[in-house]
Amino acid sequence: MSEDGPMTLPLDEWHRARGGRMVAFAGYEMPIQYEGILTEHRWTRESAGLFDVSHMGQLILAGPEAQKGLESLLPADLAILRDGRLRYSMLLNDEGGIVDDLMVTRRDEHFYMVVNGATKHGDIDHMRLRLPASVVLDHMKEQALLALQGPKAVEALSRLAPGVEELGFMTGAAFAIGGVPAWISRSGYTGEDGFEISVAAARVAEVADLLLEQEEVKPIGLGARDSLRLEAGLPLYGHDLDEATTPVEAGLEFALSKRRREQGGYPGWERIARELADGPIRRRVGLAVEGRQPVREGAAVVDADGDEVGKVTSGGFSPMLEAPIAMAYVPAASAVPGSEVRLAQRGKIFQAKVAPMPFVPHRYHRKGAA
Amino acid sequence: MSVYYTEEHEWVRVEGDTATVGVTDFAQGQLGDVVFVEIPEAGRQVAKGGEAAVVESVKAASDVYAPVSGEVTEGNQAVVDEPSLVNSDPEGEGWFFKLRLSDPSELEGLMDADAYKRFCDSQ
Repeated sequence: MSEDGPMTLPLDEWHRARGGRMVAFAGYEMPIQYEGILTEHRWTRESAGLFDVSHMGQLILAGPEAQKGLESLLPADLAILRDGRLRYSMLLNDEGGIVDDLMVTRRDEHFYMVVNGATKHGDIDHMRLRLPASVVLDHMKEQALLALQGPKAVEALSRLAPGVEELGFMTGAAFAIGGVPAWISRSGYTGEDGFEISVAAARVAEVADLLLEQEEVKPIGLGARDSLRLEAGLPLYGHDLDEATTPVEAGLEFALSKRRREQGGYPGWERIARELADGPIRRRVGLAVEGRQPVREGAAVVDADGDEVGKVTSGGFSPMLEAPIAMAYVPAASAVPGSEVRLAQRGKIFQAKVAPMPFVPHRYHRKGAA
Repeated sequence: MSVYYTEEHEWVRVEGDTATVGVTDFAQGQLGDVVFVEIPEAGRQVAKGGEAAVVESVKAASDVYAPVSGEVTEGNQAVVDEPSLVNSDPEGEGWFFKLRLSDPSELEGLMDADAYKRFCDSQ
């Protein structure tokens, strides 16, 4: 966050003109909603939602030592990452805590990385300090980032950028939308099929207009982005993940590549290997909360005596389930589906059950799947 | 019948010694989609400015304060069962509770519709 107050996004006026209600988030003025969070949420699950995520950091890491350098900071196997493929990964500290979570793509000779908006400057400092001097890290401040998410995203986008329908989940390629060069990947943060679209900030309004002209597409704010990712069981950095939390505690073992688990060579490997072998003390779980009242971030997980044994890190109302859901860290012994958990919020006790995540099934477009 | 408004964006409709309380259209617009309402039970004594009800939207939880003191005579079960009434009809079907005024002079400190509109415009 800049000390001069929040900055504006390239699409600031575009959001305001479309009724976006702006709030400060990650150092930027961003639209929390247009029509209303429930409507926007359901629209995204049924059709296609357009999100402006230009606050996120887009980085290029180049140079002959980029792969080796990056592998020393994160647990992904980049050696087997093929051109045009994305991986979800995390920058880790020496204790195995998560500095940030991110997407990294091999793009020809370099790596393209998308990191969280609130942490991007810290990430850049973190990497510059630790990467070999030969690695060039470019913060692409002149790039904007859009996401088009939902079951009809492919129909809408393939009309403007023929060929995107051929992309499989977690792959990307260069396209053009209305003559504007765009890097498009089949990825997102809603659990739905969809795309993320990186274009020059100077021309992002043209692209956003073209997308919004498609009958399947409506603009979607941060509010629905949060409720969608919560239903999809996807953690949010700074809430469900932080520097004191390891990937194993966070249930992100899938991001620990096989070779890297065995060979290590990234920060915190000893602790992570130990937790993989013996299990962590606590785990991130999904919770289905009884009743209708949402239990939100900051509520305590309590034992029978009322002593705090864990924390709710995200919580809200699921528009699709029409019930309150949450993510929490609980003692490993309680981290099994069906396990009963008690929560305390503003002096009131809530009953919850550990529920499998995602709460709403993912519908990614995996090649080879129907 | 008179309608009064508070700076906490509640409305109070007074008929005789009974006051009906809810949140204003401005408030529901700020809250966004309401997903949960908790109302006080009949018989409960509430003091002016004290917490009387809870309203939660997708975004956040808010307390609803008693605009005036009195004894709750009825809570609106309809908004508990159908919280979206607070969005669709905040100053009608979406009322929260009724109370019997214990000190009608407290109404004098509240705003009328014109004053409340000016107050919202200044927010």
